[in-house]
This record gives sequence, structure tokens and C-alpha cells, in this order.
Amino acid sequence: MINFLLFPILITFFTGMILIFFQKNIYLQRTISLISLGVATICALFVMLKVQRDGIQSVTFGDWPAPYGITMVADGVSTLLVLTSLLLTFFITWYSFGSIGKEREHFFYYPGVMFILTGVNGAFTTGDIFNMFVFFEVLLMSSYLLIVLGGEKKQLRESIQYILVNIISSALFVITVAYLYSIIGTLSMADIAMKITAINQPGIITTIAVLFLMVFGLKAAIFPLYFWLPSSYAAPPIPVLALFGALLTKVGVYAIMRTYTLFFVHDIAFTHQMLLIFAVLTIIAGCIGALAHFDVKQIIIYNIVIAVGVILFGVAQMNFDGLEGAMFYLVHDMIIKAALFMLVGIIVYITGTSDLRKMGGLMRKYPSLGWFYLIAAFGLAGIPPLSGFVGKLLIVQGGFAAGNTWSSIFILASSLIVLLSVIRIFLYAFWGEEGQTVQIQEKTYKQLYYPTVILVVISIAYGVGSEWVTPFMDSAARVLTNPSIYIEAVMKGAQP
Amino acid sequence: MEIVMAFVCGFLFMAAIYLILSRSLLRIIIGTGLLSHGAHLLILTMGGLGGTAPPVLAEGVSDFADPIPQALILTAIVISFGVTAFILVLAYRAYQELKTDDTTAMKGSGIDD
Repeated sequence: MINFLLFPILITFFTGMILIFFQKNIYLQRTISLISLGVATICALFVMLKVQRDGIQSVTFGDWPAPYGITMVADGVSTLLVLTSLLLTFFITWYSFGSIGKEREHFFYYPGVMFILTGVNGAFTTGDIFNMFVFFEVLLMSSYLLIVLGGEKKQLRESIQYILVNIISSALFVITVAYLYSIIGTLSMADIAMKITAINQPGIITTIAVLFLMVFGLKAAIFPLYFWLPSSYAAPPIPVLALFGALLTKVGVYAIMRTYTLFFVHDIAFTHQMLLIFAVLTIIAGCIGALAHFDVKQIIIYNIVIAVGVILFGVAQMNFDGLEGAMFYLVHDMIIKAALFMLVGIIVYITGTSDLRKMGGLMRKYPSLGWFYLIAAFGLAGIPPLSGFVGKLLIVQGGFAAGNTWSSIFILASSLIVLLSVIRIFLYAFWGEEGQTVQIQEKTYKQLYYPTVILVVISIAYGVGSEWVTPFMDSAARVLTNPSIYIEAVMKGAQP
Repeated sequence: MEIVMAFVCGFLFMAAIYLILSRSLLRIIIGTGLLSHGAHLLILTMGGLGGTAPPVLAEGVSDFADPIPQALILTAIVISFGVTAFILVLAYRAYQELKTDDTTAMKGSGIDD
């Protein structure tokens, strides 16, 4: 029993509510959001250290004993993701000062960010499958607000598609939970895992596993279900895009990771093989998209799809190396995607276009931006010692250990395509003849530049200092490979 | 009774999918409403119908209704109410801005190239 793990969720939630009252005072809104994000990040850090020292922490609401009450669980996986998402949002919020525009700031942009973070962190922390649905809805509702905020024609058109896809996937989520409840008769995730083990996963549970993959796959954008992502994500302004790209699909990935390591672990030959095939197809689809476009936003957006595939490939191996690699890569991808979107955003603000063919020669005026972009691009592709390397190495090691030699080699080859797709931006935008530029104020440029650079530096530190991160990743991977740790901790920790 | 409910759910889903696949935005929204109704009814059915007494602890009552599906449905209804309200406003706003409620007419040209 420890209430402290709720702080990262509650702080953002209450800040969001307070901010609504200061609708007209932008400077107050900015200050309050940055301070509360900083405090929440520190709280998340303490929770993570506590979990690392004392094992999994959990709290069950209303003092009900474990399977009956709604449990919130902080384990190695969830605390890492909560910390990363808070840290990223801190920088993205800072970045929005110079880029989101006064109109949006007046109309509840910051409360939207706070509520989306509440939903994301809640979904990471919850230990109850229906509660996860509720937190998904919290984050979706705020994402509806953020995607349509501004009311441009393109935003209105794309947000209708986005909302429809998500309504349908939410309905499917409810239906799937209903199926699961009719067979298992419980909603607590630890209890579900125990009961599925007790009945040794008959075929109907495997069917439900496939349904869960569909539900979460729609959010995570895996192969046949990613069609909505590129056009919807391109509609909102850059800070919102960075927030979505870094956090939203990752919630879906986390949910797949959680259900496929905790619930559906008795028929790996079918479920995880299927996951592996979808992961590879996702990477192929993402690679094609990333090479096909000349729009900088689209290139990075398709790189989200590729990364989802790589992480799920790690999950599909279902061994220690693969899962640790998946965790490494998940955190890396959240950081580097936010950084890349912010860098690309600066390029778009400087040139006034997102079309690569109209850009060029930025290296002369903005050399440091160019070099930081290059570092981030190398990090994304996983060139050692930058941050993508360790994750991919472990994932591929896991792949070889599980006997999936060819698909592991394929993952390595896909890194080259990733590198090519992001280097293309570097070549077109920074080299060559000077292209189109628009005048932007020095102050605005600095407001965009500093948070981005710090984030890139964090990603370098994450790669170079992966030695220090490894103990946390180890404990996350232990929970994922050995569900009984999670189940025992939840069942024991929640006794009154 | 479960069979009847299953048919009702199926019918609701059928109508919902038919409406969602149409072009008019308003029909699509009604479709999503029907979809969530179908899902809610499915939760109720999946929890198991039956039980003669309310789920309150009392002497000698063993055959009581399952309260959890009802709690789930209540939550899901509130959420779908909020989402429907949002998408209705959005559809109206989109109609004002784009001057059409036909989804094919809304689709502009491609994003780039």
C-alpha cells in the first residue's frame, strides 16, 4: 500500500483543472504547467527509485482486498514509461511557448496537455483492464481536443476520421473486455492472469488475444490498422504532433506488451508468432511510407510506424533479451521521436514549408541545428553509441535466441532504410542551394531551439549512459518475462 | 434469453456498420451511437442474465444479479455520451467550415507531392 505512486497522475490532473480557471492569463498558465510538470517528473523519479529498491508497489482503491478493488500498480515497466512521458511533455510544453500560438493557448491548450498526460500515465499505471479503458478514453478525449484545436479546415477534416477510428476501436475494446469477463469473471489484471493460467488458455482465450491485438493495434498503428495515422497526425501543429507521436501510439504498444506478457502466455506458438508477422509487416509498410514522401512530417510519422514494428518484434520473442530490448527501444523511441518532431518543426518554421524539395542550404545559417539533427537521425537509426543501438542490439539478440534468424536480420536491414529516410531530410534541408526561408524572430527561434537541444542531449546521454539505465531495464524485463512476480506483488501488496 | 439478446446485439451492430459506411456525417454519428448501444447490451449479456435479487448482501439470498456489468455499462454510457456530444459539435463546425456533410466531398487533395 503506497499512495505516492498516484502523484504523477494526480498532479497533472489537478493542474489541468486549475489551468481552466486562468484561461485569459497565458503567462500564468505557462508557469503553472511547467512547474507542475517538473514536480510530477521528480515524483515519478522517486516512485521509480522506490520500485527499484523495494519491488513492485501497488494501491487498491477504497481499501478493498486485491481482486475486488481497482488496483494501481507501479512496476519497473510502468514507472519507466511514466517518467519518460512526463519528462518529454515538460520539453514539449516548453517548446510550445514559441510555436503553438496565442489563440490556441487561450483555448485550453495547456489543460488539454495536462489531461492527455493524466490519461497516458493512468493507462501505464493501472492494474485493471476496464480501468485501462477509462484512462484510454481520458487520453482520447483530450487528444480530440488537441487535434481539432485551432479549427483549420484540414484539422476539422482529419479529426473526424481520427475520432471515428477511435470510437470504433473503443467500442471494440469494451466488447473484448466483455468477452473476457464472460469467461474469466474478473477484471483485475493480476487475477485474470492467474485464472487464465488455471484453465491453461483454451482456444477462446486465444481468440480474445487476437481481439485485443486488434483493439490495441488500432491505437498503436500496427500493419493493417495504421491507415488513419499518417493523415491524422499531419493535421495538428508541431507541438501537438510531437506529443502524439511520442506518447499516444506508445500507450497502445504498452498495452499489447502488457497483455501479451501477462495474460496470453500459454499459446506462444500461435499468438506471438502472429505478433511477429504483424511486426515485420508493420516495418515494411512504415519503410515504404518513409521513403515515398517528400513531406518532412510524413517521413517522421512513418518512422513511428517502423518503431512500433521493431518494439513489437522484441515483444514477440518472449525471452529476456527481446523484452529488455523492447523496453530499451520503447523509451529510446519516445525520446528520439519527440526530439525529431521538434527539430523538424524548427525546420518547418524556418522555411515556412514542409516540402523537402523547396528547402535547402540551411547549414550556412543554422549550423548547430543541422548537427543536432544529424545526431538525432543517427540515434534513431541506432548507430552506436547513440540511444537506438542498445535496444536494437538486444532485440536482435533475443530474435536469434528465439530462432527467428531471418526476421532478425531483416530488422537490422530496416535500420538502413530508417537511416536513409531521415538522412534524406538532412541532405535536402541542410545541404545544397539555399531554398526558401521566412523571417522568424531570434527570440522565438531560441524558445524552440533550447528545449529541442536539451532533449537531443538527453537522448545522447541515454545511449552513452545505458550502463546506468540497465538495472531499471533489467527489473522491467524481469517483470515482463516472469508474470508471477507481478501477480504476487499485486495480490500481496493490496491486502488490507 | 441470451440468444435473443445476442440477436439484438447483432442487429444493432449490423445497423451501426451500415450507417457508419454511409457518406452523410450525421448518419455516421448515429451509427456510432448504435455501435456503443450494441456494445453495452453485449456487456450485459456477457455478464450473464438472470439473478432474482439485487446484489445486496442479505440473509438467505444466493441468486443475485451480477453488479459488475452494470457498473461497466454505466461508465461506458457516460463516456459514449461525452464522445457523441463532442463529435456532434465537431460535425456541425466542420459543416460550417467545409460547407458539406458528405465525407467524400470533404476529402481534399493529398497531403504532399
